[in-house]
Amino acid sequence: MASGTELTPTSYMSHHLTNLTSSIGEGEFWTLHVDTLVMAALTGIVSLGFLWWVVRGATSGVPSKRQAFVELAIEFIDNQVKSTFHGDRHAFVAPAALTVFVWVFMMSAMDFLPIDIMAKVYGLVGLHTWRSVPTADVNTTFALALSVWLLMIFFNMKVKGVGGWIHELVCTPFGKNPLLWPVNILFNLVEYISKPLSHSLRLYGNIYAGEIIFLLLGMWAATGLAGTFFGTLLNAGWAIFHILIVTLQAFIFMMLTVVYLSMAHESH
Amino acid sequence: MNINFTLISQAMAFAIFIWFTVRFVWPPLMRAIENRQKTIAEGLAAGERGKRELELASQRSGDVVREAKQRASDIITQAEKRAAEIVDEAKVAAREEGDRILVGARAEVEQEVFRAKEILRQQVADLALAGATKILRREVDEKAHAELLASLKAEL
Repeated sequence: MASGTELTPTSYMSHHLTNLTSSIGEGEFWTLHVDTLVMAALTGIVSLGFLWWVVRGATSGVPSKRQAFVELAIEFIDNQVKSTFHGDRHAFVAPAALTVFVWVFMMSAMDFLPIDIMAKVYGLVGLHTWRSVPTADVNTTFALALSVWLLMIFFNMKVKGVGGWIHELVCTPFGKNPLLWPVNILFNLVEYISKPLSHSLRLYGNIYAGEIIFLLLGMWAATGLAGTFFGTLLNAGWAIFHILIVTLQAFIFMMLTVVYLSMAHESH
Repeated sequence: MNINFTLISQAMAFAIFIWFTVRFVWPPLMRAIENRQKTIAEGLAAGERGKRELELASQRSGDVVREAKQRASDIITQAEKRAAEIVDEAKVAAREEGDRILVGARAEVEQEVFRAKEILRQQVADLALAGATKILRREVDEKAHAELLASLKAEL
């Protein structure tokens, strides 16, 4: 909690939902959310570094428990990709799906950190506004979704050629008849806009809402003995339920990535 | 909810992480898994092969044992037959040998008898001759009657 200011519900909420920003140029766009970037980089480096560390010592003989765990996770993702994407998945799509799943899961899992205790911990090192959950920042989810969107367009052009892709934009889904071209283009436009939006906002909304509920329960816990009791109880319950949400959202995000990329590989 | 440069930074981080996974995390583990799958498949195939070979070997060993038993019983039968033959042969040989000895003995006895008769005859002849000589002392000229005496001796 920010020192020196009176604690009201509004200040509590806004304090926890304020990013640590750093301006790198003129204008509103040229600011960085330092907390989002650092937490995202940390979670990515830690989780993918762990995978790399395990994989580097991977044996094709009897695996250690650690290796078995990593293999289980990777084979789970590999199977998901295999059922959706029909091509050489090992070249790009499957490892990309692994990255997305692990990274998104870890970023969202930062939500499990008790928010006020973490605020105290960050306060000790002089960080008075610091948000732990990168996926509760719309910049992160948009970054991921737009990257996937660009990859989708890239693979569309790579697999079908620029002409083939444009042909698909103009002639599907309704037909080749020139009268239908405007409808087709409109339809595809809506699809291409809605894909990254739904992709990113679904994750953002779920994680952000989860964070808000933690904050509301935290506020309730500050209202008195009953509030503390029920607040704590519900907080624990919500945290447990949130494990499911986080895993599910990471999985959905990964599956959508795979589906979008495999749709880009298939011509109609 | 404000979009800013964080988005581009995060996209770059995402690209780096994907590159890292594609390059360093995915291939080694897939290689390890595929190698293990191959090893397991080979092991299973070898096990199957071993089982089949064992079956074959036990079948073969059963055949060998059965054949050996057969041959052993054959050999025993043959040996018994041979033993009986040998015994029979020995009996025959013994009987022949006995017969021969008997024949020999009989011949010898006959010879002996004959010789004894001869000697007896000689002695009788000598005796007769001696008697006759005594009787006819004067008339018998040994020289003149030598021929007569010898034929007499032979006749006796």
